[in-house]
Amino acid sequence: MRHSISLFVFSFAVWLLLSGYFESLLLVLGLASCAFVVWIARRQDVVDHEGHPMHLRPMRWILYLIWLIGEIVKSNIDVAKRVWSPKLPISPTLVKVPADSDELRQVIYANSITLTPGTVSIDLTDATITVHALTREGALALETGEMARRVHGVGRAE
Amino acid sequence: MQLLIDILSWITILTGSFFVITGGIGILRLPDFFTRLHAVSMPDTLGIGLIILGLVLQAGFTQTSAKLIMIFLFMIFTGPAATHALAKTALHGKLKPKAMYKQDEESST
Repeated sequence: MRHSISLFVFSFAVWLLLSGYFESLLLVLGLASCAFVVWIARRQDVVDHEGHPMHLRPMRWILYLIWLIGEIVKSNIDVAKRVWSPKLPISPTLVKVPADSDELRQVIYANSITLTPGTVSIDLTDATITVHALTREGALALETGEMARRVHGVGRAE
Repeated sequence: MQLLIDILSWITILTGSFFVITGGIGILRLPDFFTRLHAVSMPDTLGIGLIILGLVLQAGFTQTSAKLIMIFLFMIFTGPAATHALAKTALHGKLKPKAMYKQDEESST
């Protein structure tokens, strides 16, 4: 129930943001369509902690995003340098890093790895994520586990 | 003030465009499928991020800006999923990456 209410509020906020209408008839129609969406989602049985995660810690989440954007900027510059360099100094490396036990954190971790240029998560099993890194340095940096530690702080386990 | 905002948005949009072009060059220069994926993630992240930042600076504090930021968020969430789907399909289709397993390398030396 908690998830349904949150989903309703969230989708109505998105509706307001996208439409920008504040006339009463249109507002009622918007509310009705949001209620309809929540009803469909409940029928599909996707309104749970996985489909609509509410257990992330907001402050940690924002701090993590800021840190991640910093990392993305740094590795973008690094990869751009390597692409433009005439010698093409790359050393593709595969590395296996341990995955978190919680599914949501696994997804956040694997997505963060892929979002950072220079590392792509190419396979995910229960215990490990296989990562393709453009350079040895990238693989070594990932192995230090700093990103994993930060992801761990974002969402608490069920 | 308007001049300052214009200059800033020019800088961010041009830098973003530079990263998009770099992504294209990377696809041409890098040797195999898996390394090319790395080039694609540049326009996906910093390229589109900087261009949208420049457009938000132009639009100011309006509904347009909110929509632009939502475009950025959707790109951030869907981009890695698409890249991962491509990489996993390639791997399971028996495409071998031209790369060493780091663990193997260490045990052989």
